[in-house]
Amino acid sequence: MKSLLKTTVAAFALATLGTAANAADVKACFVYVGPVGDFGWTYQHDQGRLAVEEKFGDKVETAYLESVPEGPDAERAIERFAREGCNVIFTTSFGYMNPTIKVAKKFPDVKFEHATGYKTADNVATYNSKFHQGRYIIGQIAAKQSKTGTAGYIASFPIPEVVAGINAFLLGAQSVNPDFKVKVVWVNTWFDPGKEADAAKALIDQGADIITQHTDSTAPLQVAQERGVHGFGQASDMINFAKDAQYTAIIDDWAPYYIERVQEVLDGNWHTHSSWEGLAEGHVVMAPYTNLPADVVEMAQATEAKIKDGWEPFTGPITKQDGSVAAEDGVRLDDGAILGMNWYVQGIDDKLPE
Amino acid sequence: MFEAVLLTVITAATPLLIAAVGELVVERSGVLNLGVEGMMIMGAVIGFAVANQTGSGSLGVIAAIAAGMAMSALFAVLVLFLVANQVATGLALTILGIGLSGMIGEAFIGVPGLDLPQLYIPVLSELPFFGPVFFQQDALVYLSFVLVAVVAYGLFRTRIGLVLRAVGDNHGSAHALGYSVVRVRFAAILFGGACAGLAGAYLSLAYTPQWVENMTAGRGWIALALVVFASWLPLRVVIGAYLFGAVSVLNLHAQALEFDIPSQLLSSLPYLATILVLVLISANRRLTLVNTPACLGKPFVPDR
Repeated sequence: MKSLLKTTVAAFALATLGTAANAADVKACFVYVGPVGDFGWTYQHDQGRLAVEEKFGDKVETAYLESVPEGPDAERAIERFAREGCNVIFTTSFGYMNPTIKVAKKFPDVKFEHATGYKTADNVATYNSKFHQGRYIIGQIAAKQSKTGTAGYIASFPIPEVVAGINAFLLGAQSVNPDFKVKVVWVNTWFDPGKEADAAKALIDQGADIITQHTDSTAPLQVAQERGVHGFGQASDMINFAKDAQYTAIIDDWAPYYIERVQEVLDGNWHTHSSWEGLAEGHVVMAPYTNLPADVVEMAQATEAKIKDGWEPFTGPITKQDGSVAAEDGVRLDDGAILGMNWYVQGIDDKLPE
Repeated sequence: MFEAVLLTVITAATPLLIAAVGELVVERSGVLNLGVEGMMIMGAVIGFAVANQTGSGSLGVIAAIAAGMAMSALFAVLVLFLVANQVATGLALTILGIGLSGMIGEAFIGVPGLDLPQLYIPVLSELPFFGPVFFQQDALVYLSFVLVAVVAYGLFRTRIGLVLRAVGDNHGSAHALGYSVVRVRFAAILFGGACAGLAGAYLSLAYTPQWVENMTAGRGWIALALVVFASWLPLRVVIGAYLFGAVSVLNLHAQALEFDIPSQLLSSLPYLATILVLVLISANRRLTLVNTPACLGKPFVPDR
């Protein structure tokens, strides 16, 4: 029993700690909510970490902890990093918000960076990306390409970011085909390949010929490939899993942000802020447009360029599901309204879970 | 429509069925192995790795079975020879499996998998409705039913099954009669490991042909619950696995059809159904006692 426990601990230590004990100028540490091998959210954050290592070489040392549950365990993990001499700690899930703030109070000299949250302090910055910009583009593509006029949307949890994603997708689609329909299925998980695949099958069986997702695995796209329908990659370029099915993918690219912030720590001019950037800054990247006719690619690229020039997909007229006006013609929703979105736009038949 | 739903249910139920039948045999021999999730995930990663390296799905499946057995052998040595606590060892096995599989699988992340071919049974697969549902599945689906039949027959109609049940019900008496309790349990644990490994292979080679960490997503635990749900009877495991599969798939269909039911409630339905059945089963106390292996989870130390 003891020996088994030891092996377990050893396996865990090996699997979870990628440290190189070296005297570097700055130590950057990362706390992940999922396994680095999810090929989705956490995988992309880890790609960002690797980019930091590559960019700074011996000057920066990195370390990470993966699959850290949100809650009290997170506080322990973050505090451990702070004690170990990390100069900057990136906590990469919404649920790490309060633990991050708590630990930050105890270690005023350590910089903290919390992804997707809204609480900042002198030594706590937040960062997030405008993923909904990409979703507007894929909505347009979906409406152009769909024969049934219906897309299936596999959603994780009814939090503002996911709701904004669904709305942006439909607004994009409606800009091409005002009668476009989207069927939403909530799977209540970020990551369960089997369940995501089943959801994709159910949606296809009910007439959706475009599948999109706000969950982390490649399974839905694989089902799309198998069934001869199409879809979009999520978080990373998933073309290898669906050569004929993927139109494009919304890629989270954290590398530019991580490099920029680590550089600031190195230079000693790091300041707290709330970063929320999108396509223009390269924090959200569209994968190559594939399996599409030339005119659709052109349309997608034009929209991409328009967004990069500063246009916001959540610009009126926007009508809520209940018929009330969310934004008058030409009026752009402010950041707070997008980040706290808890209503559907008109045209979605699903009822938003509360 | 109904056909499509049924096809999805079959793929959702098969891994649960295979893993649960294996665990049922283990528990019938009086051992509680909580490491199903760990053995399953190891089966998934090894099955994927071998299939990917050799290009052969069958080799992948065989390797997955071997991986499940290797994990279970570790468990068997600890609980049978060193008489370690079964619950703690099983939990440790799960943790070990999840960590180890993540490490082994690192090289296979983002690599497309090998899909097991469907087996079309000649003539029968041409039948409308029955054809696609019953005779156009991949080999593992058929195998899961063969497995249940063999286990059901073996447990209750053969001498080996009788000995296995005797060991699970009263290891003292079985030992006094001259049966090797440890040997029977070792074999049962290995069988359970093989099934868990196979179930894992089904996930990474047929259900969602890819490797991602933690891809079992708790299915090993559901398989464990199904054994209790089935009150240790193989045919009831089939009902349980398919019921569970059906409820979870219908949840998704109901949402896509835009039924006005909160999705959180629909998502919890499979678990509610499990609790309900458990309550109904335990209401009949006599039946429960008859089928529960009396020595389940008790360590066996021969006194002479």
